[in-house]
Amino acid sequence: MRKTITMLAFALIAASANAETIEQRIAPCLACHGEKGQSETENTPSLGAQQAPYALIQLFMFREKLRVFEPMNEMAKPLTDDDLRLFSDFIAKMPKPVAPGENGDPARMQRGQALVQQHRCDTCHNPDLSGKENVPRIANQREDYLAKTLAEYKDNSRHGYDASMADVMAPISVAQIADLAYYIAHMR
Amino acid sequence: MIGRPAGNDAAAKLAPIAPPPIAATSDKLPTAKLKVPAGFNIEVYAAGMANARSLALGDKGTVFVGSRLVDKVYAIVNKDGKREVKVLASGLYRPNGLAFKDGTLYIAELSKVSKIEKVEDNLDNPPKPTVIFDKLPKDEAHGWKFIAIGPDNKLYVPVGQPGNNVLHDDEHGLIQRMNLDGSGAEVIARGVRNTVGFDWHPETKQLYFTDNGRDWMSEDVPEDELNRITKVGEHFGAPFCLQGNIVDPEFGWGKSCSEYTAPVGLLGPHSAALGMRFYTGSLFPKAYKNAAIIARHGSWNRSKKVGGDLMVAKFNKDGTMKSLEPFLTGFLEDNKYIGRPVDVLQMKDGSLLVSDDWNGAVYRITYGKQKVAGKS
Repeated sequence: MRKTITMLAFALIAASANAETIEQRIAPCLACHGEKGQSETENTPSLGAQQAPYALIQLFMFREKLRVFEPMNEMAKPLTDDDLRLFSDFIAKMPKPVAPGENGDPARMQRGQALVQQHRCDTCHNPDLSGKENVPRIANQREDYLAKTLAEYKDNSRHGYDASMADVMAPISVAQIADLAYYIAHMR
Repeated sequence: MIGRPAGNDAAAKLAPIAPPPIAATSDKLPTAKLKVPAGFNIEVYAAGMANARSLALGDKGTVFVGSRLVDKVYAIVNKDGKREVKVLASGLYRPNGLAFKDGTLYIAELSKVSKIEKVEDNLDNPPKPTVIFDKLPKDEAHGWKFIAIGPDNKLYVPVGQPGNNVLHDDEHGLIQRMNLDGSGAEVIARGVRNTVGFDWHPETKQLYFTDNGRDWMSEDVPEDELNRITKVGEHFGAPFCLQGNIVDPEFGWGKSCSEYTAPVGLLGPHSAALGMRFYTGSLFPKAYKNAAIIARHGSWNRSKKVGGDLMVAKFNKDGTMKSLEPFLTGFLEDNKYIGRPVDVLQMKDGSLLVSDDWNGAVYRITYGKQKVAGKS
């Protein structure tokens, strides 16, 4: 199923390179990442209001296979430098993801918030975790994607653009990642 | 990242600065804004090399360019009076360090060193690099490497401290040297936080290296260091003593700076002093002979940025630094970078190349009447 969607999306993006508007070209991306900036697909990030420089870096890394995830590597393959800028600028203007309807479990929220403060996530990601420049918006990102990403940074299976997140994750335990992801996903 | 102060609004605004991933085209480079002393000229040497970092010169005039945030080593080739950029190798992991000797290019990735023999004879179809040394830690923090080959014909390979301010084991915070086949590795310096540039004094043959000071202690201290190795096994202080005269607030308890070798010069707080080479050419005025030209990548951990320039360090008779003056400026505009110098390389004609990883370009600095031929 996933493969089929990817192939279809890839065909659409490649074929439409010259003919269509950005809205039409990005539609296949949003089939997985969510049309209103909020992803409903497991382990797939919400893109809404993502920082454009961060989005550009990730698209570049997917195209150059510096970040390896086959569906995204295929999607980014035909994109020119200008395409990468166009897509990242468009993503940045989409609405930001919103917090889940129900309030988070108070004990977990408290533990997660303490970890954010202890490890100064808010220094680079901004106090509201909206990100800045090459540092991504993480507030209200999908919990599964956050947990997966933090674990990948910790074991270095996801190579960051630079070494910052590997450095940050070194003192954070695997068990703490669950609370961090929960808090960041549920914060208001 | 460790050590950030809590609850401080000014500190909360600071974070490491990442360069754009896509190299600037020649017409977008900030060349016209760059300033050099009277009589000097600066021009674009080559562009379009994303994240251009360390430089090495081949016997036949090929300039090799490493990278840190992408996977490539580039070659700038002279062909029929025109310069052309080729991708020499890709799929490498943080190939920041390069050295060249007797036809062979040495490439340092994050945790291994490899080589390509007869590289300049095979620029169109280079063989894959073969590994000569991989007994290196895999830490990301300060894991990228500068390398060089000394007058003793040994390859010098540093290992950084694995984090901003951390106690480290014997495998980190050092400079080691080895034979050119990777054998006989020997640690020659310890207490090195993160050196990304070194060179040997043309007369004394002593190794001078830049070392980046820790973050988050304060805006103005510690300064980055210029160090000199006078005997094998010296300890340069990290993480216990900073800039030769401050015991670290966390790790300095019970220690004294007198236990460690002090720097021969200070290079500015958080200025990120990286590549450095002694100038031995005769194109520049005599005052530059045997001076060190030092690339300062520029600070991120400071409200008012410093660096983003080349400095000229001149020396006293005893080998300590006498003066430090700006040589190339203009990369810093309204407290923002429009370029960031990484490494310098003296060409055979005495001109000086400078790499810029922000724009993915290499510039050339000359002195006297500007040559027009071969300008790209």
